[in-house]
Amino acid sequence: MKKLKTSTRFIIAVVSLAMISALYVPLWQILMWAPQYPEGLEMKIWIDNITGDVKIISALNHYIGMKHIEVSMFPEFSYMKYIVLGLMGFGLLTALIGRRIVLVLFALLIAATGIVALVDFYMWGYDYGHNLDPTAPIVVPGMSYQPPLIGTKQLLNFTAFSGPDTGSWIFVVIGLTIFGVLGLEIFKYGKKNSSV
Amino acid sequence: MKNILNRIILMLGLLSVLYAMESCKPKGPAAVTTGDAASKVYVAPGQYDEFYNFVSGGFNGQMAVYGLPSGRLFRNIPVFSVNPESGYGYSEETKPMLNTSHGFIPWDDLHHPALSTTKGEHDGRWLFGNANNTPRVGRIDLTTFRTVEIIELPNSGGNHSSPFITENTEYVVAGTRFSVPMGENRDVPISSYKENFKGSISFIKVNPETGRMNIEFQLRTPGFNYDLSRAGKGPSHGWFFFSCYNTEQAHTLLEVNASRNDKDFIMAVNWKKAEEYLAQGKGRKEKAQYAHNVYDERTHTATSTMMNEVTVLDVMEFPDIVYFIPCPKSPHGCDVDPSGEFIVGSGKLAAVMPVFSFGKIQTAITNKDFEGDFGGIPVIKYESALHGEVKKPGLGPLHTEFDANGNAYTSFFVSSEIVKWNVKTLEVLDRVPTYYSIGHLCVPGGPTAKPHGKYVIAYNKITKDRYLPTGPELTQSAQLYSIDGDKMQLLLDFPTIGEPHYAEALPASLIKDKSVKIYKIEENEHPFAAKGEKMARVERKGNEVHVYMTAIRSHLTPDNIEGVRVGDDVYFHVTNLEQDWDVPHGFAIKGATNAEILIMPGETQTLKYKPLKAGVIPFYCTDFCSALHQEMSGYLRVSPAGSNTPLKFSTGDTGGQK
Repeated sequence: MKKLKTSTRFIIAVVSLAMISALYVPLWQILMWAPQYPEGLEMKIWIDNITGDVKIISALNHYIGMKHIEVSMFPEFSYMKYIVLGLMGFGLLTALIGRRIVLVLFALLIAATGIVALVDFYMWGYDYGHNLDPTAPIVVPGMSYQPPLIGTKQLLNFTAFSGPDTGSWIFVVIGLTIFGVLGLEIFKYGKKNSSV
Repeated sequence: MKNILNRIILMLGLLSVLYAMESCKPKGPAAVTTGDAASKVYVAPGQYDEFYNFVSGGFNGQMAVYGLPSGRLFRNIPVFSVNPESGYGYSEETKPMLNTSHGFIPWDDLHHPALSTTKGEHDGRWLFGNANNTPRVGRIDLTTFRTVEIIELPNSGGNHSSPFITENTEYVVAGTRFSVPMGENRDVPISSYKENFKGSISFIKVNPETGRMNIEFQLRTPGFNYDLSRAGKGPSHGWFFFSCYNTEQAHTLLEVNASRNDKDFIMAVNWKKAEEYLAQGKGRKEKAQYAHNVYDERTHTATSTMMNEVTVLDVMEFPDIVYFIPCPKSPHGCDVDPSGEFIVGSGKLAAVMPVFSFGKIQTAITNKDFEGDFGGIPVIKYESALHGEVKKPGLGPLHTEFDANGNAYTSFFVSSEIVKWNVKTLEVLDRVPTYYSIGHLCVPGGPTAKPHGKYVIAYNKITKDRYLPTGPELTQSAQLYSIDGDKMQLLLDFPTIGEPHYAEALPASLIKDKSVKIYKIEENEHPFAAKGEKMARVERKGNEVHVYMTAIRSHLTPDNIEGVRVGDDVYFHVTNLEQDWDVPHGFAIKGATNAEILIMPGETQTLKYKPLKAGVIPFYCTDFCSALHQEMSGYLRVSPAGSNTPLKFSTGDTGGQK
């Protein structure tokens, strides 16, 4: 079994602990502009809450039959922080055990979590944008209002932007670091020091 | 042949003489702006003006808000006059604002705005204004641009020398224009003016935290007319200066009888001294009836309290509070320069303009350099108080404002011009015509210790041919001049509403970021607020029906109401549930004898409605709020008196109808 270098284990421990910050910063942001809202409207998604101009956005979206955005429509909020804490625990365990195979698992887990989160967010966006109230005051045939997954999209009079906020960027850095040290372990230290 | 030639020459000669005469005729005012004026007042679409200009509306009883240098009108704030457009003075909540000891007064004549100051400089907190006719002082909150307080002034016969404020807004001072009989018996012959008529100066204390006003004391003064005033500042802080006319004490045909004396007075008041006497208990409590009206931004409701006592200090009994300074011919403006040392008296009919020195006034008082007394009050020798006279300044001087460089700008009504002169040297530096007959003028920060300068604005009484004609009644107007260079330069004419008297201007940066955007719904303490659609309801109490209604884009809740009877008093308490900037809703109902109401986000306002006929009455939102604004409406069913239609209300209940 391949053992990890002490420095690698230290880095894994540090970035795992850094995950705790995700509990205290917004993870995702949706920004919207319209002729009537030159100052813009924003919605921030946290680990267990949504903040920003949610009421105003909901009030505007009800015209086209979109659901009222509420915390209760995201069951994810009830368990997301445990996923992060679990991930963090796994990271610390990886540092403790110090075996390369566990690090491989940890890296895959991080990647999988990211992908699942994006898929989950896409599915919410699809439902929010497509599952419209048929009795809505404004029905534009064939029109749906799914917010962009990442990037900018024009939705009627609104320009909507969706993208990672501080928390997600922290995860991106963590993910890159983990894959980076894994790469070093395999391609650099691994060759010099093939067995311990 | 020669004869004909002679005749032709003669004819040509005559024609050329006629032409020469014609071209010698004086020309009317031509366009006098220079090439780059437009760029100096152009504020591009989407850009902000540099200054707010608060302009009194005169006989419209309101205060208009313009941007400078563009001259664009932003708002007209109702102060002493009802405003059916917003419901001010019509809604149940705002009616008490216009209550007085004479009952509900729907109108007044607003002449003078006064911005609050700290250390003599604009602090951007409050804007005060006077009601000239039924004496009152109003206070506007500069975070909401709304009138939040009005206090009536007892013992005042017309509130013209008002409101003028001390260096740190300790007091707002209001002098009576007309002297009137005071005390218990006021039913006296008009011809007993000299014996029975008195002047009165109210000192309104302002709470430094809340801005709340109360009449701390009144000075009882000799009977003549008090015109305008300014507080001292810097070295003269603690003093107040009033211009007085009709020292002849005429009570009829003042035009002639009050213009006889060579000199009237500037009255110098040592208000710190008056405070000392009051602290010693020298003030006399007198019965007086006056209303004090306050708007509460939490309950969104005004209350009117009738006060019944005022503290009076008679200056005739305390001769070291007040001194008179002779000032030529019916002085109007009485303006103190930014340093606080110089006081400019503007005799409307005088050929010279005296500038008095505060230091010299103090020396004259110490040395008892008096030329006599008026009703027991010492009159300081003119020469002893005088810094100097501005010679041949113009005709009919009225008001003076100042820049930060030691210059004064005086308006001349008769010669229709602004004259720039140096306060120290008294030398006339420049003059520009105004179109026509300027009254007040304004330099941003002009009356403060720290003028902002840049412009002088003329507020004119006559416009004649300056704008497209609109029948016998023409627009009033303001004119903007640059004062950056040595020469004043006319940049812009802009029409105003009402009749502009005094105006003040301050940098937009002092207040624009403090502007309130919404009222927080959770802070709404209106007793009839419905802070959510679930709380919307209708309740009957005898023949009063209270509708707790909510408004949000784009429906009213409830929007179907039945069970109201002819003769009921229906109160529509409408709460705007929006928490988004610039989304007011309105409420109007057919046949309402009052007005509509506009309700800002988070606010509750009430419209009283008395149905006189049975039927189904529509009501709707009047402020275009959304794409479905036209759908924002409802019905009130009114049944005949005595009928027993059950009280019912709903929104979105189709009642089985498909």
